[in-house]
Amino acid sequence: MTEFLAVLVDGLIYSSWLFLIALGLTLIYGVMKILNMAHGSFYALGAYAAASMVGYWLNHGHAPMASYGILIIAAVLVGVIAGPLVERGLLRFMYGRDEMVLLLVTYALFLILEDVIKLIWGVDPYFVSEPYSLLGTIDIANLTYPYYNFILVGVAVLAGGAVALVLQYTRQGKLLLAVIHDREVSLAMGINVSRFYLVTFTVGTALAAIGGALTAPTVSVVPGMGVEVIVLAFAVVVIGGLGSLQGAALGALIVGLVRSAAVHYLPQVELFCIYTVMALVLIFRPKGLFAAAEVRKI
Amino acid sequence: MAVILNTKGLRKSFGAVTAAAGISIAVEADSVVGLIGTNGAGKTTFVNMVTGYLKPDAGDIFFKDRDISELHPRDITRLGICRSFQIPQLYDSLSVFENLVIALGIRDRNVHGSMLSRTFKLVPAANPLVVAAAEKSMQRFGLLEYRERAARLLPEGVRKLLDIAMALISEPEVLILDEPTSGVSADEKFAIMDMVMDAVRSHGCTVMFVEHDMDIVTRYAPRVVAFYEGRILADGKAAQVLSDEQVQTYVIGGLRTLGTGASDVSHA
Amino acid sequence: MTHTDKTPFILLLALVVLLALGPFLPNWLFLLTMSLGKGLVVLGLVVLLRTGLVSFGQGLYYCVGAYAVGSLSQFASVKNALLLLLAGTLVSAILATILGFLLANYRGIFFAMLTLALSMIVYGLLVKTSALGSTDGFNVAPASLLGKVISGQRNQYPMFALACIVAFVAAVLTNSYLWTALGQLSSAIRDNEIRVEYMGASVRSAIHTKYVLAGALAGLGGAVTALAIGHIDPEMAYWTTSGEFVFVAILGGTGSVIAPFLGAIIFEFIRTYAYQYSPNTWQLVLGTAMLLVIIFLPAGLWSAFARLRRRT
Repeated sequence: MTEFLAVLVDGLIYSSWLFLIALGLTLIYGVMKILNMAHGSFYALGAYAAASMVGYWLNHGHAPMASYGILIIAAVLVGVIAGPLVERGLLRFMYGRDEMVLLLVTYALFLILEDVIKLIWGVDPYFVSEPYSLLGTIDIANLTYPYYNFILVGVAVLAGGAVALVLQYTRQGKLLLAVIHDREVSLAMGINVSRFYLVTFTVGTALAAIGGALTAPTVSVVPGMGVEVIVLAFAVVVIGGLGSLQGAALGALIVGLVRSAAVHYLPQVELFCIYTVMALVLIFRPKGLFAAAEVRKI
Repeated sequence: MAVILNTKGLRKSFGAVTAAAGISIAVEADSVVGLIGTNGAGKTTFVNMVTGYLKPDAGDIFFKDRDISELHPRDITRLGICRSFQIPQLYDSLSVFENLVIALGIRDRNVHGSMLSRTFKLVPAANPLVVAAAEKSMQRFGLLEYRERAARLLPEGVRKLLDIAMALISEPEVLILDEPTSGVSADEKFAIMDMVMDAVRSHGCTVMFVEHDMDIVTRYAPRVVAFYEGRILADGKAAQVLSDEQVQTYVIGGLRTLGTGASDVSHA
Repeated sequence: MTHTDKTPFILLLALVVLLALGPFLPNWLFLLTMSLGKGLVVLGLVVLLRTGLVSFGQGLYYCVGAYAVGSLSQFASVKNALLLLLAGTLVSAILATILGFLLANYRGIFFAMLTLALSMIVYGLLVKTSALGSTDGFNVAPASLLGKVISGQRNQYPMFALACIVAFVAAVLTNSYLWTALGQLSSAIRDNEIRVEYMGASVRSAIHTKYVLAGALAGLGGAVTALAIGHIDPEMAYWTTSGEFVFVAILGGTGSVIAPFLGAIIFEFIRTYAYQYSPNTWQLVLGTAMLLVIIFLPAGLWSAFARLRRRT
């Protein structure tokens, strides 16, 4: 029984991490129909920025408890600076081109950002583990969990909830839903689609950066840490259905729990379980669990 | 005359919408049938089922006594049923000539065996027989002047003609035209239909066309089938069907109220 | 539009020139051989690109072909270079046939990302397999052909010659394929799949065939590379390797089977020197170059995604 509980808790933590990463990706796709291959790079940027800022903060002897806020601030800064820079400076000139062209543009962007990170922060790893250990630990099911992990869960729930609430209940959210459904008609109705694109991309980028920032204290921050992320994020998003928020949540939950079970009971297959789940889902639901209905073509 | 295409009790629903509620039509070889009905009456759904794009929920479709209800569009095309589309389905980045050549390449492959068997032969466009067939088709449909123009740059009427030309190039036994004159200007529509019917007559094939324009229907279709909400309202000689009370109310009448006369309502 | 395709003759000319000049350029032979190997992978990509499909996972077959060669030479003591190349190609083709059943259902972004995911799975598999050297990979024992030792650093000409001939044959065959009715179907499929189905051809099986061809070519390319370098590692299946193939394919365009090889040669040369001077900015340069191509050579890119202009 305790083993089972451990699987649940581990699964929940990993799911939250996956969800945070996938949320931004699926949001950007849903609104802008762009699959951002540079998503992992923004994740990495968030991690590096967080590591730097928290490192600086702690080295100057400031209150360690504030480091959590610093993490978030760093991530938001990345989002607010990098997001508009990329969207206004590059992507906006590409709208209207084929979706594959945009994919390649974001791929080129990923390549560029990977080196930009190396140029700014160098190739040596960064460690900023204080926030991770600061809050202490809790024992669940004979296993020790740092409280920090539950911050991750909390932020994931908050982020998901916030996005869902904004979309459902605010006026801007409803306008965004209109843009998601039909860009042309929205333009014709006078909605400032351009501004929505900018905001969406910034938010998506910030979410990726937050994911990275929150992960930074738990790993060594190294170049290339964003690479695996894009593949994982895509798998989760594909399982849930491109552009679907509930899909991303459900997909993250399923993958997280499956992986957790694998780690506990059959560690050798850990790497595959996420892809196996993806393959299984695609066999039965080729476009994902919450795929949008297709309009008749002829 | 022999029945070449026979549908029995075709049913199709999309969730709560019933597009076909038991469609039974028997089409005789070499005849011309007009399918009329308001938007959403189920005409295109019927065409999509007969050509294999949709699977009927229930019912049978027989082509020359062979059950084709489970087949793919490509199999049905190979058997001899071709169609044109409401919105012309063309290879937009290719020229008119290239569009026809591709169609011929596929046709020849179906006729002459596997594609691999042509591995070391020259491209279809280099085959003089193929070129001749494409030229003939372009001539018949007045497309010669557009030979090298990319399909997406063609005027709408010409796109329609190319769409129909591509359907006819396989020399099918049954040709189904989905709104051949929709989107075409009033002065061109008869010219287009004349061209199509001339081409068809020289092949000798059965024609079914879906139309909203009653002028076209009365001029070219000796037999008319009227659809309404997934059912057949009337099926018989054109004069009879078009003067049928129910058809007047639910089909033509419905169409007439959109304008001041029948000729105003020819667009889908 | 009747014409004879001059490509086979140009290829023959190129082959003769390369073979003749080879002995006089000993320092460049290795680079050229590598380029030819990569050019083969890009050639396969171009076949897919013409159909409107971008595979971000050709590295999978590149790697599998190489590992097939490595395994056979190391564990089964197979020494014959031709046999090894054939094995690499065949194993990749079989794998592509299997995976093609899943992938032929997808297009666009899905196709691209699924191929990427698949190649990363293989990467992960190899990294965890200690019998195959994990991240370090392992060495490929020297192969021989007609009694002469092919691999090895001493005399690189035999390997170079073998690569030239193999590339030539592959290019000529692929070119022939592209001129058949099935090969010509690419642009039609890219433009309007529904129409293709309604004309009586199976889009799915056409795409499956092209995917297998691309996989086989990538496997052959990997096999050539394995013999040339004498060492293989999982990095060959990493998605950035696949990304480089995509870059070269886009740069060269889809107009001819010669473009992949030319593009690969130029790419390899630039990469070698760029890496020497500044390894930390290579990806920056690559990404920027890619963006420039996409933005300023839309015809170059466009020929991949929209219009295929065939010149006589």
